[in-house]
Amino acid sequence: MADHCLLEMRHINKFFPGVKALSDVDFTLREGEIHALMGENGAGKSTLIKVLTGVYQNDGGEITVDGQKITIRSPQDAQNNGISTVYQEITLCPNLSVAENMYIGREESFFVHSKKREKNAQSILDELGIPARGTQILGSCSLAVQQMVAIARAVDMKCKVLILDEPTSSLDDKEVNVLFKLMRDLKARGVGIIFVTHFLEQVYEVCDRITVLRNGELVGEYLTEELPQVQLVAKMIGKDLDELSSFDVIEEKDFKDEDIFYEAKGLSSNEALPFDFTIHKGEVNGFTGLLGSGRSESVRAIFGADKVNGGTVKIKGKSVKINKPIDAMKNGIGYLAEDRKRDGIIADLSVRENIILALQVMKGFFKPISRSEAEAFADEYIKVLNIKTASRETPIGSLSGGNQQKVILARWLLTHPDYLILDEPTRGIDVGTKLEIQKLVLKLAEDGVSVTFISSEIEEMLRTCSRLIVMRDRHVVGELKGADLNEAQVMKTIAGGEAVNEE
Amino acid sequence: MNNKKHRREPLTDTQLLMTIAICTFVVMYVLAMIVFKGGFLHVQQIFDMLNDNAPLIIVSCGLTIVMIGGGIDISVGAVTSLVAMSCALYLNKGGNIVISALIAIGIGLAFGLVQGYLISYLEIQPFIITLAGMFLARGLTTILSVNPQKVEHEGFKALMNANQNSIKIPWLGYTAKNGNLIPASLELGVVVALSCVLLIFLLLKFHKLGRGFYAIGGNQTSALMLGINVKLTRFFSYVISGLLSGIAGYVLLMHSGAGNATNAAGMEMNAIASAIIGGTLLTGGVGNVIGTFFGTLILTTINKIVVASPLNAPWWQKITTGGMLCVFILLQSIILSIRSKKKKDSKGKENKEEKA
Repeated sequence: MADHCLLEMRHINKFFPGVKALSDVDFTLREGEIHALMGENGAGKSTLIKVLTGVYQNDGGEITVDGQKITIRSPQDAQNNGISTVYQEITLCPNLSVAENMYIGREESFFVHSKKREKNAQSILDELGIPARGTQILGSCSLAVQQMVAIARAVDMKCKVLILDEPTSSLDDKEVNVLFKLMRDLKARGVGIIFVTHFLEQVYEVCDRITVLRNGELVGEYLTEELPQVQLVAKMIGKDLDELSSFDVIEEKDFKDEDIFYEAKGLSSNEALPFDFTIHKGEVNGFTGLLGSGRSESVRAIFGADKVNGGTVKIKGKSVKINKPIDAMKNGIGYLAEDRKRDGIIADLSVRENIILALQVMKGFFKPISRSEAEAFADEYIKVLNIKTASRETPIGSLSGGNQQKVILARWLLTHPDYLILDEPTRGIDVGTKLEIQKLVLKLAEDGVSVTFISSEIEEMLRTCSRLIVMRDRHVVGELKGADLNEAQVMKTIAGGEAVNEE
Repeated sequence: MNNKKHRREPLTDTQLLMTIAICTFVVMYVLAMIVFKGGFLHVQQIFDMLNDNAPLIIVSCGLTIVMIGGGIDISVGAVTSLVAMSCALYLNKGGNIVISALIAIGIGLAFGLVQGYLISYLEIQPFIITLAGMFLARGLTTILSVNPQKVEHEGFKALMNANQNSIKIPWLGYTAKNGNLIPASLELGVVVALSCVLLIFLLLKFHKLGRGFYAIGGNQTSALMLGINVKLTRFFSYVISGLLSGIAGYVLLMHSGAGNATNAAGMEMNAIASAIIGGTLLTGGVGNVIGTFFGTLILTTINKIVVASPLNAPWWQKITTGGMLCVFILLQSIILSIRSKKKKDSKGKENKEEKA
């Protein structure tokens, strides 16, 4: 039974203008198995899912369900072929009842028999052990239950393939366990489940097989018990442990306690779990971990970008309160946000206006920076950072990604921060600019500025940071420095210290 | 298990807001009876409110549907006026009554179809489209005739007479000062309006399409994923609203007997106010026509009270209506936020209990 293939995807290709999102990817789902689809950002897992659910059309390759070749043109097509998807965001209507949410959109008659519907819904909910009443308004259920109602709907539609796209990211531990129980029940009924998640531990808890994608290509399909966690991480990041050459270790500087610039104890925000963190004057440190491990959330808590819930913060030994970005800025902290387009640039304003923005905010809006001053600042930083722009009055939106990033950097440098947090400053920019930014970070550190540097590329972090804080599943799991600062060690820590390389 | 099934569900937001509207109306009316006495003690007072506002009730029903679907239609008043004027002119040229009714429905449907198409399929902001529709309809009404057009058509006069005199209920009447019994009289237009309320109520509760309105108003993306034809559903909401504006125009003409360019001026705003007071949220997904019906009654009761009180001046009506609307919306949001807070607390408790 375990060998009966429910779904086969062979040689799937998908092109977007200028990008090959999927190239020659195979994927097989067997009856009654839970199959994890893993990969870092941009690996192509969401593209693959979207091809399967009919949101995108594949440009090559074939899909068979139960041995029948099919083409999927729309989400409805997918559903009719027994492929149902439960998305991370709940795609049900919160203002309707649970029963209605299970049946709406697939009625046979024009009139709605709500009593009959509620009865049917209740029997399915009871059968699956979902703690909800059919008559209840969906919005009054917890998120986990809402997700399960979505699954119940899929089950009632006689789905053979169930795709769960990051279902656990907004659930707490208890809710996750209930969801896992439901998944195991469905597995026992022969439903094939594709489970997309970035929580490694959850994969090892429920999944039978793992398929890893990287850069739009298939890395391989593995049985969960045959693939130790550390190997999985290596496959996702794309380095085999054996090939790893050790990098030049950055000379360890001695930092004395009185040099501590920033110290946080038990700092937590709406998004980040409590953590401790210190950084010295002139130190470059990094946060690393897989996507969703909580690295960005942690630095956002330091800057006060999310609502801070607890913890104490000291700057240069003095207790301070940082609840919102302006507090952090007044204490000499700058933060270059992860999403440049959304949280960084203001596309329609000129380079000059974008550069002076942070300084202007710090000075307050009643003490405007004069035009000539602003122009002088802009010219200075365009020169220092080698920003390629037609003039300082060019709208920033028309610059290349790397140059936009430099403008945002200039914005923070202009405030002369003592501590600069750079969240993915090199994402999506060309190699030359990457190197320039790395050099700049090291130079800033020499000048006594503390820097926190976050990057998805571990090499880059090893080159710039003298200390790395490793996070997994929203917890700090290790701190590496000195001789430990090499790629193999970083990966082991990300994957979990216990799982040593077995080879 | 049995317990579970027999457990009564707490009121939904829709039901809660509707209950508030009904209670408010009753309290308000009883207070008016106690304070002002006079006309408020006669059933005819309520009948008059209905007689005068039958078109508003009809239009508000359509608007409720549009608002539940998360949209807005501000062309309804102007379309109503255009329909009344067109029919009046047609009848005065010696037209046929049946055809005049068809004209009314046709004009309403035409506006609904075009506006619905532009909003649903070309995805243009409903506010802009219906604003344009409103200007267009008002302009057309003025082009047709600047002066009021009194209907002289004999057949229609008979119809108007029937409208006003066919329902007389003596036992609900009262004795006038000169000793004559004046029976309570209800217009046929009110029957039309109440039928509309009933039909829309059934549609919203039991028909696939009606539930679709709630779904697209609750969460449009989800509705799409659940397999609802979002565009078609939205299209229908505007078509129904247009159709009802047409009917309202004809009822208005039966009541007033004349087409007038200033007819139904500001009716769209009164209709929006009725729907909101009745518990329809501008954000969509929540609402009910029964609530809207009582919303209209509340609105007209306010006016009657102002007229009966020493503050009898047109601006006081507007000011009180405005104030009431503010109070109502504040009340709604306070109640809804208390509810959602309670929900969170009880959820926390449930979790704790389960853990323990």
